[in-house]
Amino acid sequence: MLFASRSFCCLGIRTYQLRTDLFSRSIKLSASATMAFRHKNTRRIEGLDSNVWVEFTKVAADPSIVNLGQGLPDISPPSYVKEELAKAAAVDRLNQYTRGFGHPSLVKALSQVYERVCGRKIDPLTDILVTVGAYGSLFSTIQALIEEGDEVIIIEPFYDCYEPMVKMAGAKPVFIPLRYKNDGNSASSGDWVLEPDELANKFNSKTKAIILNTPHNPIGKVFTREELQVIADLCIKHDTLCISDEVYEWLVYKGNKHIKIATLPGMWERTITIGSAGKTYSVTGWKLGWSIGPQNLIKHLQVVHQNTLYTCSTPLQEALAQAFWIDYKRMDDPDCYFYSLPRELESKRDRMAQLLQEAGLKPVIPDGGYFMIVDVSTLNVDLSDVDEKQPYDYKFVKWMIRSKKLSAIPLSAFCGPETKRQFEKYIRFCFIKKDSTLDAAEAILKNWNKQTA
Amino acid sequence: QTHFLSLSLQAKMSKPVQAQRLEGTDKNIWVEFVKLAATYSKVNLGQGFPDFPPPDFLKESLVRALSGENHMLHQYTRAFGHPPLVKILAQFFGKLLGRDLDPMTNVMVTVGAYQALFCCFQALVDEGDEVIIIEPFFDCYEPMVKMAGGTPVFVPLRPKAPKDGKLMSSADWQLDPAELASKFSERTKAIVLNSPNNPLGKVFSREELELIADLCVKHDVQCISDEVYEWLVYDGKEHIRIASLRGMWDRTIIIGSAGKTFSATGWKVGWTVGPNRLLQHLRTVHQNSVYHCATIAQEAVAQGFQRELELYGTPDSYFVQLPKELQQKRDWLVQSLDAVGMKPIIPEGTYFLVADISKFKSDVPDVPDSDEPYDSRFAKWMVKNKGLAAIPLSAFYSVAHKNNYSHFIRFCFAKEDATLKAANDILQKWKQEKTSP
Repeated sequence: MLFASRSFCCLGIRTYQLRTDLFSRSIKLSASATMAFRHKNTRRIEGLDSNVWVEFTKVAADPSIVNLGQGLPDISPPSYVKEELAKAAAVDRLNQYTRGFGHPSLVKALSQVYERVCGRKIDPLTDILVTVGAYGSLFSTIQALIEEGDEVIIIEPFYDCYEPMVKMAGAKPVFIPLRYKNDGNSASSGDWVLEPDELANKFNSKTKAIILNTPHNPIGKVFTREELQVIADLCIKHDTLCISDEVYEWLVYKGNKHIKIATLPGMWERTITIGSAGKTYSVTGWKLGWSIGPQNLIKHLQVVHQNTLYTCSTPLQEALAQAFWIDYKRMDDPDCYFYSLPRELESKRDRMAQLLQEAGLKPVIPDGGYFMIVDVSTLNVDLSDVDEKQPYDYKFVKWMIRSKKLSAIPLSAFCGPETKRQFEKYIRFCFIKKDSTLDAAEAILKNWNKQTA
Repeated sequence: QTHFLSLSLQAKMSKPVQAQRLEGTDKNIWVEFVKLAATYSKVNLGQGFPDFPPPDFLKESLVRALSGENHMLHQYTRAFGHPPLVKILAQFFGKLLGRDLDPMTNVMVTVGAYQALFCCFQALVDEGDEVIIIEPFFDCYEPMVKMAGGTPVFVPLRPKAPKDGKLMSSADWQLDPAELASKFSERTKAIVLNSPNNPLGKVFSREELELIADLCVKHDVQCISDEVYEWLVYDGKEHIRIASLRGMWDRTIIIGSAGKTFSATGWKVGWTVGPNRLLQHLRTVHQNSVYHCATIAQEAVAQGFQRELELYGTPDSYFVQLPKELQQKRDWLVQSLDAVGMKPIIPEGTYFLVADISKFKSDVPDVPDSDEPYDSRFAKWMVKNKGLAAIPLSAFYSVAHKNNYSHFIRFCFAKEDATLKAANDILQKWKQEKTSP
């Protein structure tokens, strides 16, 4: 009888009764209940509720909009990656919990790949943590090692989550901008540099860590060995940790080399290096990332992980492990996906740059990553009548989405409060897009000057 | 100047590198016991996961998603939950709760129920807040409360002697109403409810839930309701959702799990359901910690729920078949344990069963002044010497109370019949070894 009562019709009757009951009692309750309602947010998330992506992904969700905003590929991941997932999911035990700190075959594969890249032994069990995306690695690292009283240096513009994560850990973000230093005509991401003296002044006894992102989002800068040495010297001098976000590590273009700051002398013991399956294999929706570093730091990240989500998806980790083995075996071969993807993207980069230039814009050609920033002030679009108190680039992107059906991301989303004015004439385009998307963007940009707002 | 710099540098270098929020949260029973089981066990009834596969329809959903033309299923989806999934969850739980739920504001998808719990504590618990935890409890509640700067306040389920020398039931473990009431103070921010309860298998009755609900309303306390085993209830019992009780919807966050619902613990898809006033803060934590959950698993789970919505209440429903199957396995394990002298506490729900191993104590002598609780030493001895893995009940108690119930261990019975038979063989052999001269 109780089984039958589980069907919705009977449930409906019972809950209907419950609802009317609730209603009459809630009238009596509301007077006393609302006064004492203490359901405020906790202090740690105060002021962290807004988010540029929530705002702009909603706006760009309209399929008639050519979406070069959010950084996600609309190209297909390599077929073997998808096949490995199908194979993994067919194995019964791979649908159940795996090892919390990382599926054994995956951490083994990661240790092999990165031993080769770094030229040092990496223990898969103690030196690696698998997380829910690089995002999860950033969170685990910051929660493990950063707290109230600490300062964390963040280089502007920055991937937007660094600031709220540092704040949520109770620490103080200290910003330093990349500055454009070139008198020439063509702008390259390499023209954006840190002022060594300015950087040195940001370090003090409270500086717990600096967050480095190379290749850099959004500018696409690939930090040179000399630039990394400047940062490394300061880290060693002030006993500062380095959180190195290297998700775009494979996406470097001709003439550039990705260098891991952890391989510089004195840096392995103080660096957490973060990587991403999403960016490595064009599978942002798999949400797998990893942190690599010395045991005495990684063990604290593992504690955070075991108290936040404990395990990551088993079948996805297994599939990723198999994909890594396939590419590990051909790391001497140009067909390896780690090299074929940047080749494919380099031509998209060049095409994107050309389209923007033909429209009268000045793009900053990135040395790495799959983003390109461009100064739109040269278009002289008058948005002064738009009432909102938002920065120019926010208003510009919203106008561009509405009137040109093309989306991008405003750069001031990636800046601290002091620097927003400096960057508010720039917007960011993502070019890891299939040819038809870039064709559609081309059509819009070619017609740009012919239409009025 | 150089001297001054090196002094402050010295001070910095003498501090621990890790943040204080990790204090007291580093120990974890699973790391040790999972390793032991992997090394020694022939029959693993320890960690809670099925050794049978997820249902075919779920696997087929994933295959369909993978082989379809939409390769965008490999890219980011909506951060707070893949639209098809939150829509079906809102529909499904809306019906169960008798409410209109908005998929965008009343539902949020998480990386397993584990991450849902984390978001709740981070969103609701500030330094100095108290959180009531009912013992025995799923072990992560305590370190999560601590990591949020809160103070866990424990209240035990106390066993009442069963009637007429019958086997004890999880229903015999109860809260003392006065004792529970005494735990509520002005600092109490939340109470964690887990029904059906891991490890005991207790399914809280309507009266017990009303007791908790009245106190929540009286003291304006929130309820974090971990209902991951909601479908695993036996003997015709009913799982009652505390959020449906008077005054509770506005102050309750319900947590669910695809892993437990669909026997796919490795997929790590969970969710929270609740009022927007609370979920908005969970969204803030989520967008600043993991942000997106894996798309393709969410797509497949959505299809699984779609099927269950259509078959709800019918014999073909997985939510009808799974508890039916598990009840049989429960009864089989109860019989096995009883036959050899381990006294099982019959669980009303979940796929766990706790048994009293007092009759086997002679195998593992007491070690006075040992830091380790007896049941933990017993469980370790058992897996190493008998190849049978189980989890000591002390794992589910606070440090202060770990020795209160020192002769119970927890078995997981979500296992193939062959596994349960193999467990029975081990137990029988063990008993024979004890009784033969």
